[in-house]
Amino acid sequence: MSRKLIIDPVTRIEGHGKVTIQLNKAKKVDWARLNVVEFRGYEKFVQGHPYWEAPMMLQRVCGICFVSHHLAGAKALDDMVGVGYGNGVQMLPAPEKMRRLGHYAQQLQSHVAAYFYLTAPEMLFGVDAPPDQRNVQGLIEADPELVRRVLRLRKWGQELITTVFGKRMHGIHSVPGGVNKNLSTVDRDRFLNGEGGLLSIDEVIEGAQEALKVFYGYHEAHRDWIDNFAVVPGLNLCLVNDQGNVDYFHGDLRVVDQNREVVEEFDYHDYLDHFEEATEEWSYMKFPYLKRLGREAGSARVGSLARVNVTRDYEAETPLAREALARFHDYNKGKASNATLHTNWARAIEILHSAEQIRNLLNDPDLQKEDLVVPHAETDWTGEGVGVVEAPRGTLLHHYRADQDGAMTFANLIVATTQNNQVINRTITSVAEEYLTDVDEITDGLMNHVEFGIRAYDPCLSCATHAVGQMPLIVTIQGADGGVLARRER
Amino acid sequence: MSFTITIDKRKVLVDEGCTLIDAAADNGVFIPNLCYTRGKPCLGTCRVCSVRVNGKVTAACTVPVQPGMVVDVNEPEVAEMRKLLVEALFSEGNHNCPSCEKSGRCELQAVAYEVEMTASPFPYRFPKREREDAADHIFLERDRCIFCQRCVEHVRDEETGQAIFAIHGRGTKARIEIDVGLANKLTPEQVHAAAELCPVGCILEKGVGFEDPMGSRKFDVKSLRRRMLEGETS
Repeated sequence: MSRKLIIDPVTRIEGHGKVTIQLNKAKKVDWARLNVVEFRGYEKFVQGHPYWEAPMMLQRVCGICFVSHHLAGAKALDDMVGVGYGNGVQMLPAPEKMRRLGHYAQQLQSHVAAYFYLTAPEMLFGVDAPPDQRNVQGLIEADPELVRRVLRLRKWGQELITTVFGKRMHGIHSVPGGVNKNLSTVDRDRFLNGEGGLLSIDEVIEGAQEALKVFYGYHEAHRDWIDNFAVVPGLNLCLVNDQGNVDYFHGDLRVVDQNREVVEEFDYHDYLDHFEEATEEWSYMKFPYLKRLGREAGSARVGSLARVNVTRDYEAETPLAREALARFHDYNKGKASNATLHTNWARAIEILHSAEQIRNLLNDPDLQKEDLVVPHAETDWTGEGVGVVEAPRGTLLHHYRADQDGAMTFANLIVATTQNNQVINRTITSVAEEYLTDVDEITDGLMNHVEFGIRAYDPCLSCATHAVGQMPLIVTIQGADGGVLARRER
Repeated sequence: MSFTITIDKRKVLVDEGCTLIDAAADNGVFIPNLCYTRGKPCLGTCRVCSVRVNGKVTAACTVPVQPGMVVDVNEPEVAEMRKLLVEALFSEGNHNCPSCEKSGRCELQAVAYEVEMTASPFPYRFPKREREDAADHIFLERDRCIFCQRCVEHVRDEETGQAIFAIHGRGTKARIEIDVGLANKLTPEQVHAAAELCPVGCILEKGVGFEDPMGSRKFDVKSLRRRMLEGETS
C-alpha cells in the first residue's frame, strides 16, 4: 500500500511549512515536497503608500531579518531619489558604514540564534535523540554555561541593533540617501569595552570562535554523517566585492558552479535579465533560476554555504575568519561544498567574520562623521530602485517603483528562502530517499532527519510568502485511485 | 478677573474667559485632546477632551470656565469614556503606526498611550480610501484622517483667506479633500506647518520623513502631557 508522510508543522523554523512525502507500494519515495502554506500580501498592500515609508512597512515581513529588509529597501529608495548605486552615486562614508554596522550586528545575532538555538541540539544530542531533549531546554540542562555565553553573545548583537536602529525590532535608521544617526563615542566604547553588562568586542570574538569549536568537535565525531547527509547539487549565489569575495552589503551578484568557476556575474539591478521564477501549485513559494541554464541546472543556493563557496578569501583585517575559511576550503579540496550540513560550518565561520568586521568598524572614526545624507533634488528623481543585500539567510532583493507623485506603484521582494527553494526540495528528497525508503516503521527520529535537513537552511517562510496576485491558484480534487475528479484554475 | 472652580475635588484659581481645557492645564491637570490647538479657536470635533461639568458630559475645549464649576476629569467612568472615543478613532480609520512617518510625533498615538489603550474593542472598519498625491509638496494619506478639521479651519490661503482643505461627504463616506491649486501656492515652511498641525500622519510633506532617529522624536523627547501642561500650542 502506498503511504503519504506529512510533517506539519516543520518546527524550529521561521514561519509555517509542511512537508509531504509520497511513498509507493514498493516503499520507495515517489516524490517529496516542501509545501509553503502561508499566504501574505506585502507587495500588494504597500501600493499607494508614500515611497519613503515602504522600507518601514516591508521590513515588517519578518521578525528575524528585518534589518536586511530595511537596508535592501533603503538601497532601493536611494536609487529612486537619484542618489543610489544604480545612479552611479557612491554613498557617503558615515551612512554606508552605519548601515554595514547594523547589518553585521544582525548577521551575528541571527546566526547565533540559528546555530545555537535551532541546530545545536541535534549536534550535541543526535538527530535520533528524544524530542524533549532535542531543544534549547535540553541544551540548558546539558550545558548551562554554554547557553549563558550564547545568550550574552546574542544580547550583544541585539543591543548593537538597538543602538543603530533605535529599537530591538523594526527600528528606523535609513532614509533616502543616507541615515538619520551616526554612532556616538559613548556607544562605540560601550561595545568595544563591554560596559553596562555587555560583553566586550574581544569577548564577542572569543564567543564566535567557540561556535566554530563546537562545530569542529561535532564534525570530528560524526565526519561521515556530516559530509554525506543530503549532498545535493546547486549553483552558489551571493553579492561580491571587486575581488570576487562576499560583500554582505553591496557589490555584483556572482554565481559559481561546483568547481567554483564563475557561471555568471552581473549588476544586481539587472537581476530580472538573468533570473526567472517558476511556480508550483503545491506551494506559495516560487522557484527562481538562471534563465540561461533552466530550472534544473540553473537553481542556486544562497546563504552561508553559498557565500563561503563563492568566496576565495576574506579581507586581511579579519584574520581569524580568514583562517577558518581557508580550513573550510582545504577540507573541501577547493571545490564548492554541496553538503547540506556544511551550512552550519559556514554559519559558524560567518559569526566570526561578522564579529571581526564589527570590531573593525567600531574602530573606524568615519562612524562619528556628521555628513549623513547625500543631498538630492527633485530633478534627481527616477521613481525606480533596486536594493540587494546579503541577509543572514542569503541574497535578498527589493525592487520598487513609485509614480511621479511619490505613491508606490510596484514592489517585488525576492528573498533568500525563495532562492533556496529548489535546493531545499532537493535536500528533502535526498533525505527521504536515504532514510525513509524500505523502512517498515517510520519513527519520529527518522522524520526528524527531514526537518534537520531543512533547518540547515534556516528558512524563513514568513519572508518567502509575501507575494500576492501573480501565482496561479489550482484546486484539484483527486479520487481514491488518484484520478482527477474536478479541477479549477484561477 | 479670577475665581475658583473645582477639578477632581480640588479647588483651583482660574481666569475669566479661559477655556476649561487650558485652565485645567494651567493647574496641572492634563486633558487629552486631538482637535484643539491652544491659542486657536476651538473646533469641538473630536470630543476626546470630554469631561463631566456640573454632572453633564461635555468637551472641555468648548467650555469657558464659570465660577463654582465642578469638573470631573480623571473620575474612572469619564476616563473610560475618553478611552473608548480614542479606540473608536483607531477602528474607524486605517492606522498603521509601525510604518507611519508620523510615529513618535503623532498626537493620536500619543493620546492612545495617555489613555492606556491597548487594542480597540470595536470591529475595525478597514475603510477603502484613495490617497491624494496631486499637490506638488503634500501627500494626503486619507487612511489616517480623523476628521479633526484642524487643517480645514487653520490652514488658509494667505491672499484670499480661502480654505485649502475641506471635508466632503458625510458619515462613512466623508473624506478630506485638498485644493491642489491653492496648496501649490504654499511655501515650504507653510507646507511644513500644515504637516505639523495635522495631529496624525494624514498631511505629509512629500519625500520627507524619519529624519529624527528613535529616541529623539517629538514625543520621545517630551511627552504630549508635559507639552500641554507647559502651555505649548500642540
